[in-house]
Amino acid sequence: MPRAFTPKVVTGNALLEGDVIYLTETGDWTRDLAEAEVLSDEADAQLRLLDAQSRPGEIVGAYLADVTPGPRGPEPAHFREAFRRKGPSNYAHGKQEHRPGAEL
Amino acid sequence: MYRYTDFDAGFVAERNRQFRAQVARRIDGSLTEDEFKPLRLMNGLYLQLHAYMLRVAIPYGTLDSRQMRQLAQIAERWDKGYGHFTTRQNIQFNWPVLGDVPDILDALAEVEMHAIQTSGNTIRNVTADHFAGAAADEVADPRPVAELIRQWSTDHPEFQFLPRKFKIAVTGSPADRAVTAAHDIGLRIVRAADGGIAYQVLVGGGLGRTPMIGKVLHDALPEADLLPYLEAIVSVWNLLGRRDNKYKARIKITVHEHGIDEIRRLVEARFAETRAAFSGIDQVMLAGIRAAFAPPAFRDAPVDAYHAARDADPVFRAWTDSNLAAHRAEGYAIVQVSLKAHGATPGDASALQMRVLADVAERYGHDELRISHEQNVVLPHVHLSDLPALHAILRAHGLGTANIGKVSDIIACPGMDYCALATARSIPVAQEIALRFDALKIEHQVGDLKIKISGCINACGHHHVGHIGILGLDRAGVENYQITLGGDQGPDAALGQRTGPGFSADEIVPAVERIVETYLAERAGAEEDFLATFRRIGMAPFKAALYDAPDKEARADAA
Ligand code: SF4
Repeated sequence: MPRAFTPKVVTGNALLEGDVIYLTETGDWTRDLAEAEVLSDEADAQLRLLDAQSRPGEIVGAYLADVTPGPRGPEPAHFREAFRRKGPSNYAHGKQEHRPGAEL
Repeated sequence: MYRYTDFDAGFVAERNRQFRAQVARRIDGSLTEDEFKPLRLMNGLYLQLHAYMLRVAIPYGTLDSRQMRQLAQIAERWDKGYGHFTTRQNIQFNWPVLGDVPDILDALAEVEMHAIQTSGNTIRNVTADHFAGAAADEVADPRPVAELIRQWSTDHPEFQFLPRKFKIAVTGSPADRAVTAAHDIGLRIVRAADGGIAYQVLVGGGLGRTPMIGKVLHDALPEADLLPYLEAIVSVWNLLGRRDNKYKARIKITVHEHGIDEIRRLVEARFAETRAAFSGIDQVMLAGIRAAFAPPAFRDAPVDAYHAARDADPVFRAWTDSNLAAHRAEGYAIVQVSLKAHGATPGDASALQMRVLADVAERYGHDELRISHEQNVVLPHVHLSDLPALHAILRAHGLGTANIGKVSDIIACPGMDYCALATARSIPVAQEIALRFDALKIEHQVGDLKIKISGCINACGHHHVGHIGILGLDRAGVENYQITLGGDQGPDAALGQRTGPGFSADEIVPAVERIVETYLAERAGAEEDFLATFRRIGMAPFKAALYDAPDKEARADAA
């Protein structure tokens, strides 16, 4: 039996600002994980990753990150992705500046 | 201080011009990331978790007020109003955007600074004792020779593609405040038999995945032989170093695999060749550099005001007790300004604080500032009579914390709040430990205790040589903190020993508290510091306190 595929999102850093971005269903970039496209099929995920990697003028270091689908969109499966989504914990910088009160 | 020559200025300007064009080509799509990455790293530009990060070298930790003001200006104009001082005497800006970096580099060049060789497999920023030129116990100022090494190593054609990065530290004092034993090459200036100076050369030290204490390669190298000898060492390693495996590529592994005697033999053989190629021009240059580091004109003035202030103001007295060090000149002190206010991020300074530091350096400190590897700022030359006024200004700007060398003077690397390589966070652990001991009000009772925290095995937070070292790891998707005890960064450097299994983020602060409680209960007296007590009683009592304490169940409940 094939191993169950953990759902993924395509993520990386924006070329110009360096901040964390995610790929959406329409092929745009979002700064908000909740708006990212959740990929639950492995072959599909690889194709979407290739698509992202073919846009080097927009994203740096694209990769697939594990997520857990939830009622408010995908949630990070690992704490590193939770920090990438939120920003640093010592100052309300990065994404926290734009979304006051955003929860980890 | 050393001033750039026309050659230095021209070199940096040309590099900046090239990098500006490279950034433009990356943005317009002519360069791929694979092509661009080595170019940006050569200029100190990393891509971290949330943003780009620019690492700027502060050679041997020395700055003047003009440079500090420019760093403040950069922080405000192109970053988020602060900078982070690191254990390698660099400053990191955590939030630049790619298109601004060429302007930042030009702004740095205006004050004779750059980010060249702060990354990549090259010889990195040369670090030195942060009390250089001021310490009472100093044999000689290490900065002239550090500057000579900087000039020799910058863009050295043979050493631009080394097996791995390469770090050199220099101390001019037997107290070794530069952690020389944890560097690829550590240089210790010693008195030679003829009364002059010589260099004890350590090689193969390093922390990280496989921590090693440096071994003595040469006991007393004459100064004139220093550069050819360094060139011989790096050259031998450049050929022998394990390029097949990046975890085995550092010189510490080369020394370990071949043995110090074989390395010495190879270095001596190579030295015979490199020595012949040095014409002596390096010594002429060194003499010129030395003149640039002539000590300031110290003044002779009464110190009654200082003693009166100490008697009258307990806050001032506490600060002078913990933050001053002995100066070589009569009536002077070395001031350490703590960047470790309780609950603050270790090593961070706001643009305003940087300007205040620049102002007080100009007004009271012969225009000199140093950055310590302990992530504090040093005013190396302050007359005692100026200390009350200085302290008042520092206090007004959150820079008056009296905790140098104490439990809250914690080294912490950026960890997973910024660093892309991290396995766990380190900043919040440092913040919580500092706040906890501040609340307990036992910091001064505890005395000298160095806690050092790294957010991954690369050990930028020097945890192996902390009296208490903390290493953040990822254990099955949860942050976990391993503790080592008994590390020592000084002249008799030692690596800490692991206590046992690690602790969760919730447990790590109580665990440190139990270690400190054990020390207080076991110490022979207030004069016996943590390290001495640990050496006398060993690991067992600490282990017992950590792992078989009676409140274990309570801890399990809390977890
Ligand atoms: S020790 Fe690890 S987490 Fe900390 S700064 Fe170094 S590489 Fe990053």
